[in-house]
Amino acid sequence: MSTLEVKHLTKDFRVRGGGAGRKFRAVDDVSFTLEPGRTIALVGESGSGKSTVARMISKLETPTSGEILIDGRTSATRGRRLATYRRDVQMVFQDPFASLNPFHTIAHHLERPLRLHGKAKGRAEIDAQVHQLLERVNLTPASIVAARRPHELSGGQRQRVAIARALAPGARFLVADEPVSMLDVSIRLSVLNLLARLQREESLGVLYITHDLATARHFSDEIIVMFRGKIVERGPSDEVILNPQHDYTKLLLGAAPNPENHGRLREEVRRELASASATSGDAGAVRDRFGTADL
Amino acid sequence: MADDDIRTREFVTPATSSSPVAEAVADGIAPSIRTDGLVPDVPASDGDVPSAALAADAPVTAPPRRGFREMLPRRSGKLVVGLVLTIGIVLFAVIAPFVTQDPWNYDNPVFEPPSAAHLLGTNNLGADLFAQLAEGAAGSLTVGLVAGAIAVVLSLFFGIVAGYVGGWTDEGLSLVTNVMLVIPGLPLVIVIASYMESRSMWIIAVVLGLTSWAGSAIVLRSQAKSLRSRDYVAASRVAGEKPLRIITVEILPNLLPLLAAQFLFAVVLAILAEAGLSYLGLGPSGAITWGTMLNQASQHNAFTIGAWWWFVPPGLMIALFGCGLSLINFSIDEIINPKLRTAPAAVKSVRQARKAQVRGEGAHPAPAQDAPVDGDDTGGNALEKERVNA
Repeated sequence: MSTLEVKHLTKDFRVRGGGAGRKFRAVDDVSFTLEPGRTIALVGESGSGKSTVARMISKLETPTSGEILIDGRTSATRGRRLATYRRDVQMVFQDPFASLNPFHTIAHHLERPLRLHGKAKGRAEIDAQVHQLLERVNLTPASIVAARRPHELSGGQRQRVAIARALAPGARFLVADEPVSMLDVSIRLSVLNLLARLQREESLGVLYITHDLATARHFSDEIIVMFRGKIVERGPSDEVILNPQHDYTKLLLGAAPNPENHGRLREEVRRELASASATSGDAGAVRDRFGTADL
Repeated sequence: MADDDIRTREFVTPATSSSPVAEAVADGIAPSIRTDGLVPDVPASDGDVPSAALAADAPVTAPPRRGFREMLPRRSGKLVVGLVLTIGIVLFAVIAPFVTQDPWNYDNPVFEPPSAAHLLGTNNLGADLFAQLAEGAAGSLTVGLVAGAIAVVLSLFFGIVAGYVGGWTDEGLSLVTNVMLVIPGLPLVIVIASYMESRSMWIIAVVLGLTSWAGSAIVLRSQAKSLRSRDYVAASRVAGEKPLRIITVEILPNLLPLLAAQFLFAVVLAILAEAGLSYLGLGPSGAITWGTMLNQASQHNAFTIGAWWWFVPPGLMIALFGCGLSLINFSIDEIINPKLRTAPAAVKSVRQARKAQVRGEGAHPAPAQDAPVDGDDTGGNALEKERVNA
C-alpha cells in the first residue's frame, strides 16, 4: 500500500511578544490520505494554513502534534529515514523567482538531488539524466538550458526547472504549493498541464495547494477546503464545487470571478462605500464586506 | 440590472457572444473552454517558448553577466585607482626586499637625506630607510592579512552559524559576539600586548584578529538570518542537503561581495591598529613594520631634526594603502547596494541642471535649447529638471 497519510496534524506558532502562553494555531487537526495517481486540492484563503500543511509534509516545519505516515509507517525527522522520506516526497514552491539560487546554474539545481539520492553517478551519467529531466519538462535544447542561470529564464521556465528538481529524486508524492500563482495567466495552464501529464506518466500523488477554485476543480479528484486552520469541507471536487455545504465554501465560490457577476462586486463596493460615508462611523460593516466575521 | 448604465457600457465588448453567460458555471470557467487535453504543455508559438527563444537569443544578444562575474565590481575610476594603489604597494612589498640592501645593515652614514645611493636616506643608526620601508611593507601587510583572515573566519563562524542554526546556538554565539563587540578593542590589545614579554609579528596579528571580528559577525548574522528563509534554501533542504553544505554552497556564494568588503575593511583596520600599537611601543619586537618605523622616528626626534624622509614615507604608505583598499571597498559596495551606482549620476545631473539654469538666466531667455549639447545621457535629465524649475 503506497500512500502518504496525514493524521491529526496540528501546528501552533508562538506569537511574538505575547509571552509564553500566547499561541496561534495555524493548522488544527488536519487529516487526509494521498494516493498515487490522485490529486487532492487544498483550498482556502491566505492564512488558512494551507502552506503550513505543505511545509510540514515536506519536513520544513515540525508538527506540534499529529503524524505523517508514508506507506503506513511513521516518517522520521532526521537521519537516513528522513533521506528516504525526502526521496519519496518532494515539493514545488510558490515563487519560481525565489526558489532557485541565483548563484548556481540550472544544471546544479538538478544535479544535487540526483547525487544526493544516488540516482546517478559519474559526470556523464549525471549530465545525461539532467538533460533527460529538462526534456521531460519541455525545456529544450537541454544543453543550453542546463548551462543557464535562473535569472536568464522566464517565470514559467523557472517553474518547470523547479518541477524537474522535484522529480529528480524519483518522488512518488508531490506537494505543489500554489505552483502557478506567481506566473503569468497565459503560462499557468501549460504548467498545470505539464504537472498533470507528469502525474499520469509517473502515477504521482499530488497535493495541489491553491486558492483558485477553477483550477482546483480541473486538476484534482478531491477538494479539501480549509478555513482558519481547520478543514471545513471535503469531498469529490465536482461535489464540493457544485453543491457546497459549508458557508465558507459558498463564500469562496461567490468570490470567484464569474461572468454572470460582471461588474456586480464593483457596484456593491460603491454602494457600501456610499452608505458608509453616509452613515459615517460604522466602519465595521464595511470591513466585514465578505461576511467572514461570524464564521 | 439592465437599467444600470455602467453595466451596459461594460457589455459593449463582444464577450457575451463568444462565451454565453448561460454556459458559465460556478467555478468561473465555461464548459466550452474547459478542455483538458486541448491546451498543450508547450504553447505552440507564443508564451514561454523555451527552445526557439533560447536558441535564437543565444547568439544575438550580448552574453549576460553570469553568476560569479556578476559579483565582480564594475570598472570605475574608483576601482582602477584603488587597484593600482593596492597592487602597487603589494608588489613593492613582495619585490623590493630582494633588490634593496639589508634593512639591518648599519654601515651607512647616519641621517643621510635621500640620494641616488639611498633613495629615502638613512636613519640615526645608518640603516637604509628604503630597505626598511620595503621590509616594513612586507611586515605590515602580513600582519594585516593574517589579522583580516582570522577576523573573517571568526565572523563567518559566529555570524553565519548563529544566523542559520538559530535557537540556543544563536543565543550563545550572539552573546559571545555582543561581549566582544562592547569590549573596547585598542585598550584590550594594549593590555594583551604589554602583558606578553616577547611579541612576534604573528602574535600581534592574532591578537588583532581576535579583537576585530565582532562587528562583521553581527552583519553576517542578520544576512544569514535573511537568506535562510529564502525559498531556495528551503528547496535545498527539501532536496536533502546537509546544513554544512547549505551554508557553504547555497548561502555563502551569495554573501561573497559582503565578505570581500569585510575582509578588506578588516585588513585596513588591522594595519592601522598595528601602526598604532607600534607607535605606542607595543608593536612586534624584532620585526620592522611601518608602525615600528614611525615609532623609532618619533623616539629619535626625526621631526625636530627635520629628517622628513624617516617618517613621511611610512605614514604615506599607510594612508595610501588604506585609501586603495577603501576605494576597492566602495566599488564592492556598489554590488551589494546597486542604488549607489546611480547616485553619482543623479547628483551630477542635478548639478548640471542647476548650472544650466544659472547660465540660462544670465545669458539667454530661452535656455532649454542648449542644455543637451553636453552630449552625455544626463543632458536630457538636466533639461527636464530645468523645465520643472522654470
